[in-house]
Amino acid sequence: MNAQTPVPSRGGTWFQALTGGAGAVETGLASVRVADSTLEGRPACFIAVVPDLQNRFPRARSGEVGLDEAWMLALQVRRVIATDRDDERRPIIAVVDVASQAYGWREEMLGIHLACAAAVDAYATARLAGHPVIALLVGKAMSGAFLAHGYQANRILALDSPEVLVHAMSKQSAARVTRRSVAELEQLGRQIVPMAYDIHSFARLGLLHKIIAGIDADTPSSDDIERVRAELIGAIADARLGPPDLSSRLRSPEALQTRAASVEVRRRLAEQWDGA
Amino acid sequence: MTAERNEQGLLARQSFIEMRARERAFSVLDPGSFRELLGPFEGIKSPWLPLQGIVAQADDGAVLGLGTVDGRHALVAAIESAYQGGSMGEVSGAKIAAALELARRDCERGRPVLAVLLLETGGVRLQEANLGLAAIAEVHAGIIALRQYVPVIGVIAGMVGCFGGMSLAAALCSSLIVTRQARLGMNGPEVTEQEAGISELDASDRALIWSLMGGEQRCALGMADTLVDDDAAAIAQAVRDAVAFPAKGAERSRQVERYRARLAAIDARRPPDPHALRNLWQEGIRE
Repeated sequence: MNAQTPVPSRGGTWFQALTGGAGAVETGLASVRVADSTLEGRPACFIAVVPDLQNRFPRARSGEVGLDEAWMLALQVRRVIATDRDDERRPIIAVVDVASQAYGWREEMLGIHLACAAAVDAYATARLAGHPVIALLVGKAMSGAFLAHGYQANRILALDSPEVLVHAMSKQSAARVTRRSVAELEQLGRQIVPMAYDIHSFARLGLLHKIIAGIDADTPSSDDIERVRAELIGAIADARLGPPDLSSRLRSPEALQTRAASVEVRRRLAEQWDGA
Repeated sequence: MTAERNEQGLLARQSFIEMRARERAFSVLDPGSFRELLGPFEGIKSPWLPLQGIVAQADDGAVLGLGTVDGRHALVAAIESAYQGGSMGEVSGAKIAAALELARRDCERGRPVLAVLLLETGGVRLQEANLGLAAIAEVHAGIIALRQYVPVIGVIAGMVGCFGGMSLAAALCSSLIVTRQARLGMNGPEVTEQEAGISELDASDRALIWSLMGGEQRCALGMADTLVDDDAAAIAQAVRDAVAFPAKGAERSRQVERYRARLAAIDARRPPDPHALRNLWQEGIRE
């Protein structure tokens, strides 16, 4: 395949759809696409991780977050933080379609845990500095790759699509580690909400700001794109009104029900902490 | 050192690795200062494990306490590796995240509370999957927000090591203390073998695994700050030192240009072995 031919991916499709190719930032890395584009005529930075068959690290050719990708995410997010003035901090949109972090001995030796931590650090620092950080889930949002690209967002949006998946580990590996069959895992996912992979189950955990239904996620129409853009604008406005932390994930009606233990831990810990 | 003196040293030494989480938490704080929060008698357990026929432990495998380190207010969070592999479930993750959030709140109110995290964990508890992952994201957020005010000190002693999303938490700490027995990696060797095949990594090759991600190698590469013996007194001293002499300059997770330059020096087709990497990247721990 020609080095210039991008591999089709949900992440690439939505990055292109939302930016229209405008404001592309030359990252020098084909697997991380960045655009200083606009939303509602105001600056907004879009970032996506996409497949690159020529990736110099073989374990990072299918849209995984590898070493180069994670450090590039950190670099680009920090570039935005350094560029903007305090009173005009632009939104950062993480377009999320990441199959996993890269699994390999090179990656472990060279510190992929640190590379992904650097991306986490950059996104969280942007959020704390006042950039509304919005994650838009358009495909897979898996495990450490999602931690590095999206999970530090003020608000998380997701397309309603069977291919939008959130989980801590692939089914095969999860089965091996928990000594269960894949069929048993799938059965459990139907009973135990946090074990499921699908986005409707994830929505029940209360971590999502909104799930966007009725969109053609593979070949979006111009109406679809406008609707998603409007949802991004809404999420940005909502994020600007709230504190720059992750507390909205504990306040939704779904969170109060499904994450009741998380809420209870915080309530009782605060009582005991202050009771000193 | 003579063999006899060496033996005496070993006898006098108290293994940190062999301690349970609660003992570990005691041992890094000033004597008598530990006050446990959300202890086992509070009965906040995993709501998810009993649904799967697994007995839920009363503290969910995370021990929290407030105390002092050399007289300074400190939060200690210790993960119990003997329970579910030290995995992070909804409750254990929420305990650590919430404690970090309260420490930051106190810092903002002018009452600094530093944090010591005793990390011994395989990462997300897969029986609680997405809620474990969500809690780990909140732990990351908590460390980054708190680290602006006070040191957040990580300790990885072994034998479980620190993996998955919690390896990122270790990398976010202001200072990281490890033993030779410790391992620090994003993907546990079994998971890498499952995902990429045994030709990529043989998880049963212990020497190889430790050469890639063992505590000594991580220190040599500057991905950890202090290498200590498996000795409770030495680890407590290393924690006090990390509090008294905080590292200067940016945390390593903010050293983007430095690590990008290091990575650019790597030929991905013919990568160095772990020993050669030490020579290639040998340039001190922190600039």
